Amino acid sequence: MIGLLKRDVMLAMRAGGGFGLALAFFLIVVVLVPFGVGPEREVLARIAPGVLWLGALLACLLSLDRLFATDYEDGSLDLLATAPVPLEGVVLTKALAHWITTGLPLTIVAPLLGALLNLPGEAAGALVLTLLVGTPALSVLGAFGAALTVGLKRGGLLLSLLVLPLYVPTLIFGADAVRRASDGLTATTPMLLLGLITLGTVAIVPFAAAGALRVNLR
Amino acid sequence: MHLTDRVMMPLFVVAGLALVVGIGWGFFFTPDDFRQGSTVKIIYLHVPTAMMAINAWAMMLVASLVWLIRRHHVSALAAKAAAPVGVTMTLIALFTGAVWGQPMWGTWWEWDPRLTSFLILFLFYLGYIALWSAVENPDTAADLTSFMCLIGSVFAVLSRYAVLFWNQGLHQGATLSLDKDENISDVFWVPLLISMAGFVLLFIALVLLRTRSEIRLRRVQAIEMRERVA
Repeated sequence: MIGLLKRDVMLAMRAGGGFGLALAFFLIVVVLVPFGVGPEREVLARIAPGVLWLGALLACLLSLDRLFATDYEDGSLDLLATAPVPLEGVVLTKALAHWITTGLPLTIVAPLLGALLNLPGEAAGALVLTLLVGTPALSVLGAFGAALTVGLKRGGLLLSLLVLPLYVPTLIFGADAVRRASDGLTATTPMLLLGLITLGTVAIVPFAAAGALRVNLR
Repeated sequence: MHLTDRVMMPLFVVAGLALVVGIGWGFFFTPDDFRQGSTVKIIYLHVPTAMMAINAWAMMLVASLVWLIRRHHVSALAAKAAAPVGVTMTLIALFTGAVWGQPMWGTWWEWDPRLTSFLILFLFYLGYIALWSAVENPDTAADLTSFMCLIGSVFAVLSRYAVLFWNQGLHQGATLSLDKDENISDVFWVPLLISMAGFVLLFIALVLLRTRSEIRLRRVQAIEMRERVA
C-alpha cells in the first residue's frame, strides 16, 4: 500500500497535471471573485470563507476523473483488484494520494489567498484547520464518484453531478466554522461536526467505492 | 405480470377518483383560511407531492437493497421506474411551494432548511437518473445506481440536518402528525387525507406501469439477442 501511495503521488507530480493545476485553479477562482463582486474590503471579508471553501472544493473536483481512469485504461486496476491488498485499501490509498496532491497543498496556500480576500487574521488558523480536517472527506467521496463513473467514456460531467451534492454537509460545516472564527465566535461545534463527517466518510465510503469498482471491472 | 394485469386498471381508476375528490373538494368546497385566504388551498397539491417525493426515494432505497442482496431483477427495474416519478413530485412540490410563498412570504424562494434540503434531494434524483442513462450494461447500471442510492440516502439525510445548522427556518412545521394534540382543522384535513391517498395510489400505479414497460423492454432485448445469435 505504501508502494502504491508513492507511485500515485509520483505519477501525479511528474505528469504535471494534478499537482500544480489544482493550485492554479484555486488561485484563479479566488482572484476572479473580486472582479465579480467588486473590491469593497468588507464585502470580500464577509464572503471570503465561503469562496475559499468553494474554490478548494472545485479544485478538488478537477483532478478526480483521472483518479481511477488511467489505471482502468492500462489495466493496472485489474492487477490491483487481484492483488493481496483488499480493494478497499487500494481505494483508501488512492484517495490519500489524491489528498496529498490536492487537499494538502490547497490547505497550505489557503491562508495566503485568504489574505487576498481580506479574511481576518484570526480566521486564518480556523481556515487551515477546517481544510485540513475537511478535505480528506472530499477526496474519499470523490473516489466514490470516480469509481462509479470509471467505465464511462465521458464521465467527467456526470462525476461532478454525482459528487457535488455529496459535498454539501462538508461545505456547510467547513465554511461555517471559518465564518464563526472570522466573526470572533468559537468554532468548536461545526469543527467537531466536520471531523465527524470526515471520519464517518473515511470509514464507510471506501467499501461502497470498492464495490462500485468491482462492478466496473466485472 | 398476471396480477398487475388485473390490478392496473382499477388502481388507476381509484387513484384518479381519489385525486379528483380530494383536490376538487379541497379546491372548491372548503372555506378560505382566515389569514391566508384562498392560497391555503395549494396545500392539497403541495403536501402530498412533497410526501411522495421523499417516499419515492425511500422506496428506491428499499428496492436497491433488495437488488443488492437478493439480485431480484424486477426490484432494480422498479427503482429505475420510480426515479422519474419521484423527481416530478419533487418539482411539483418545489413549484407549488414557490407559488404559495410569493404572496405569503413575499418571495419565490428562501434559503430555508426545508426548501434547501428539497433542492438537494432534487439534485440527488438528477444524478441518479443521469447515472442510469449513462451506463449501457443494465446489470452494471443497476449495481452502480444502487450504490449511489445507498450513499446518496445517507448524505441526503445528513444534508437535511446540516442545513438546519446553517440557517433557521421560515417554513412551518408539520401540518399533520399522529402524536400531537393540535392538528389542522377537520374541514381541511379530510380532503387533504383523500388527496394524499390519491397521490400514493397514483405513485404506485405509475411505478407499476413503468416497471411493466421496463420488463417488456428487457424481454424484447432478450428476444433480439437470441435471434441475432441464431
